[in-house]
Amino acid sequence: MKYLYFPGCSLKGTGRAYEESFLAVFKALGLEVRELEDWNCCGATAYMSVDETKSYALAGRNLAIAEREDLDVIAPCSACYLVLNKTQHGLKDNPELRRKVVNALKSAGLDYKGKVRVRHPLDVLINDVGVEKLAKFIKNPLKGLKIAPYYGCQVVRPYSTFDDQYNPVTMDKLIEAVGAECVSWPLKTRCCGGSLTGTLPEVGLKLAYILVKEAKKRGAAAVVTLCPLCQFNLDGYQDQIARKFERVDIPTLYFTQILGLAMGLPESELGIKRGIISAQAALAGR
Amino acid sequence: MSENKPKQENLPRIGFYVCHCGSNISSMVDVAAVQKYAAGLPGVVVSRDYKYMCSDPGQEMIAKDIKEHKLERLVVSACSPNLHEETFRKAAARGGLNPFYFQMVNIREHVAWVHTDKKAATEKAMQLVSAAIARVAFHQALDKKRVPVDPNVMVVGGGIAGIHAALTLANAGKKVTLVEREATIGGHMALFDKTFPTLDCAACILTPKMSAVKAHPNITLWTYSEVEKVEGYVGNYKVTVKRKPRYVKEDLCVGCMECIDACVFKEAKFADKFNQGLGKRKPVYIDFPQATPKVVLIDKDTCLHFKTGKCKQSCATACDRKAFDFNQKEETKELQVGAIVLATGFKAFDPARSPQYGYGRYPGVYTALEIERLVNASGPTSGEITLRDGKHPKAVGIIHCVGSRDAKTNKWCSRVCCMYSLKLAHLIKEHSGAEVYNFYIDMRAPGKAYEEFYDKLLGEGVHFIRGRVDEVTDWAMTPDEEGKLVLRVEDTLAGFVRRIPVDMVVLSTGLEPQADAQEVRRRFNIGCGTEGFFQERHPKLAPVNTFTDGIYIAGACQAPRDIPDTVAQAGAAAAEALALIDAGFVELEPNTSHVIEDECCGCKSCVPLCPYSAITFDEVKKKAVINEVLCKGCGVCAAACPSGSIVQNLFDDDEIFSEIRGILK
Amino acid sequence: MNEQFEPKIVAFFCNWCTYTAADLAGVSRLKYAPNVSVIRVMCSGRVDPQFVLDAFARGADGVLLGGCHPGDCHYAEGNYKTLRRMRMLERMLKGMGIHDGRFRLEWISGAEGDKVKAVINDMTKKVRALGPLDLPGKFKEWDKEMEELEAHVNKDSKKGETTHAR
Repeated sequence: MKYLYFPGCSLKGTGRAYEESFLAVFKALGLEVRELEDWNCCGATAYMSVDETKSYALAGRNLAIAEREDLDVIAPCSACYLVLNKTQHGLKDNPELRRKVVNALKSAGLDYKGKVRVRHPLDVLINDVGVEKLAKFIKNPLKGLKIAPYYGCQVVRPYSTFDDQYNPVTMDKLIEAVGAECVSWPLKTRCCGGSLTGTLPEVGLKLAYILVKEAKKRGAAAVVTLCPLCQFNLDGYQDQIARKFERVDIPTLYFTQILGLAMGLPESELGIKRGIISAQAALAGR
Repeated sequence: MSENKPKQENLPRIGFYVCHCGSNISSMVDVAAVQKYAAGLPGVVVSRDYKYMCSDPGQEMIAKDIKEHKLERLVVSACSPNLHEETFRKAAARGGLNPFYFQMVNIREHVAWVHTDKKAATEKAMQLVSAAIARVAFHQALDKKRVPVDPNVMVVGGGIAGIHAALTLANAGKKVTLVEREATIGGHMALFDKTFPTLDCAACILTPKMSAVKAHPNITLWTYSEVEKVEGYVGNYKVTVKRKPRYVKEDLCVGCMECIDACVFKEAKFADKFNQGLGKRKPVYIDFPQATPKVVLIDKDTCLHFKTGKCKQSCATACDRKAFDFNQKEETKELQVGAIVLATGFKAFDPARSPQYGYGRYPGVYTALEIERLVNASGPTSGEITLRDGKHPKAVGIIHCVGSRDAKTNKWCSRVCCMYSLKLAHLIKEHSGAEVYNFYIDMRAPGKAYEEFYDKLLGEGVHFIRGRVDEVTDWAMTPDEEGKLVLRVEDTLAGFVRRIPVDMVVLSTGLEPQADAQEVRRRFNIGCGTEGFFQERHPKLAPVNTFTDGIYIAGACQAPRDIPDTVAQAGAAAAEALALIDAGFVELEPNTSHVIEDECCGCKSCVPLCPYSAITFDEVKKKAVINEVLCKGCGVCAAACPSGSIVQNLFDDDEIFSEIRGILK
Repeated sequence: MNEQFEPKIVAFFCNWCTYTAADLAGVSRLKYAPNVSVIRVMCSGRVDPQFVLDAFARGADGVLLGGCHPGDCHYAEGNYKTLRRMRMLERMLKGMGIHDGRFRLEWISGAEGDKVKAVINDMTKKVRALGPLDLPGKFKEWDKEMEELEAHVNKDSKKGETTHAR
């Protein structure tokens, strides 16, 4: 199976561990992943609120480049995933917008017909590869490791493309597939604080605190997520959380990292040490 | 281009009438202009407009004109023929004209009500009028065929609707066969403890009717049976019924239940479907003590004999009536009936489709039907409100509109949930003393003594919070929420978001069409609305009739409804069936097809087309022959006949070609 | 004034599903384009392809045929026969230069009043964009051409220059 890969800014920056583990795992599974040529910023949520039409054109450029090849595009970052999907919906449902965007793309020598499928790597692993096939690659099952699966908002809302909006379970299946124990908790899609950790820290920090605290309370040794912003908020603000509320100290890993570990890939290829809260104790303690 | 057109001087004398329908038509169609336009069309000798053509004076005007002006054809331009075709045919007959010398033009449903430009609407009305006037010249005098009606009736579905319909028909002296899929009749009502708003015990009012069904000399009760095939037509249906094996002879079993005690499984260990899985049953069982017929049955999937073949069959040994028969086979029965009442009921919404409410994830979340069994004295806890962990709830939250009024699941209001939620609130409070919270969108209590019941509940101290619950969660934000289920809701009256901790959550699940409603409606050749409930012939004027004559619908298979409405509808369906049967015959629409023998070339193209096998081939004459009793008048053969020798009455080639011509004039 | 072309569309609706759906659209006061005039038949299977051809020949810009959904026919399987016939007819129409949605077959159940509206509006829009078909006008032109040709041939044959016998 072959895929195009749209990294977006996070996977080249704060989410380096995500990129490393995602590429390592896909390679080890024999899935061919090629970075989209000359990709640009997806626009994220910010540009969408400044100028909708232009942000559709911006994201549309990536889709137009991808459409030159008959491959699905993997967008690991939740924001990229959402914006690219939203662009697909917008162009499909709104002919006027579509006309404007296609005209803009034409001036750059591009065309877009709307055929590209935007995929999340979790969707690919569970629905294209499948749990049975993944099981064959598990060399080092993560027995005894209790994990709280955390999906965040953007992968399931507003488009529930591959999982339920209220109670997603795809990552739960992956956690079970790697031999770890999935902690049942109701905060799977509750807000991580998003960009409020930077803009309104008194609100954002509280939201991140609720999540890490509840995960720990329910016995999780680690939170596993699929979004670079969620990972950043839950992992990077724990010192501030400690100052403002209490010290929690729970590592937040990417699902690709735990899958890589279970597949026996070396920690160094999976960016395990890049976390601010060390995962060593959690991974050793099981 | 006038090859089929009757010559001007030979045209029949046509009377044309256009209706204002109050202002329903005249506000969008220039009725006077239509009247003038028609007056100028060939053959028209009388053209009039009138406020209400369907009124007595309107009809009288037609009858009078027919006599005075020697009218030979009649065209009325008004509403849909589905509504008033029959009315004007009768008016024609009163004037001494064959009723089929009449054509109706639909300028209300198809023009006035759907267009916004009066000029364009008037032009379209004129086109349709011109088409009808052109076609009516070709009409032939026809007679309705009379067919005798079989006086026996089948009722499908043994819930309160089917029970009531069967008893009504049987009391009127008709032979009724009541077919029920489950092992007992009673339907959903048999699950209930009390009924709103009177709080009379469901069993006390239902079980006498159930035994009356069993005892009635005119009712044959077939439970554990399903209709497989329906053939024939109004007054003369042939129904094939599949009777599933119970492995117990129904005529021998007296319901002593000794066999259940004797079963090799000492403990009941299989989920009891009747009790919504809250209780346990053995492989040999009876749904509930008042089950009708009071006959045990064996569940093949759990019975040791059927699973291993190595059971000592202690149940059979314990039976002194020797009622057990492990070799019982499925039986197929055929019977003739004149009319069928469908009362197949509803399915409760599956709350797994609304995962935000945590059903299946949190043991403290229940469906309303489960609570019905929990509060029921003959239920698994003998009426004690106990949680799955054995504890007693101190606070209970009832969430309304689960699977109702929801764009993500079902858009319709299920009509009964507000009221049964009030009833359950009352019963839970009475049985457990718990604090009860109702979370509602709007309180809908539109029935006799319903609003008063709501009022009574308000007085009992039940809490009412207006708002749609966002989620049920076990995430405790504060210490007093620890170990509780928290309902997060926007209280739209107080204007803020609240978190209400409770021990038990009740989901007031809505009513849905039965899972196999589509298959069933195909089997009976009736329609379903977009939401999947059976479609009535007219939403207001023919609520228990269907588009297939002789097949009637009653109860929640047509739309969600409560017990009083269901019973009323069942009575209405029975009355409709009685009206059909007691007439002794039906008049069939004469739109059947026939072969013009001289023109038939004997190609046999038509023979395999007929789904009713009404067409045969006369090998001697080498001509096709249509049996007009079997013909249902679809016209498929007429369209296929290469020599044009098949004529469908009322839809003859000449009639349709002239209609096309009239529209495109 | 540059008046917009308004197509004339003839529709054949089966009594049990599509005609009832159109009644429902009326009762629900849905609003749609006034370009479609409906002829009621008991079953879409009654529609002889000749009806469709005749409608085009007499000036219809479009022909719409509505029946019950597959499997839902009031007469068990009439609509399957319709489907078969109309697929064949579509090919024939295409050969005659009538395509691009001037002929349309739709399954509309008795409950789908909104679909009647959607289909009629969509078809009206598309046929309007196609412009007039005007077969009667074309027939006249062709007749004229034929007459001219005939006159020419007659003239020639009078001169005795043709050796062809008819």
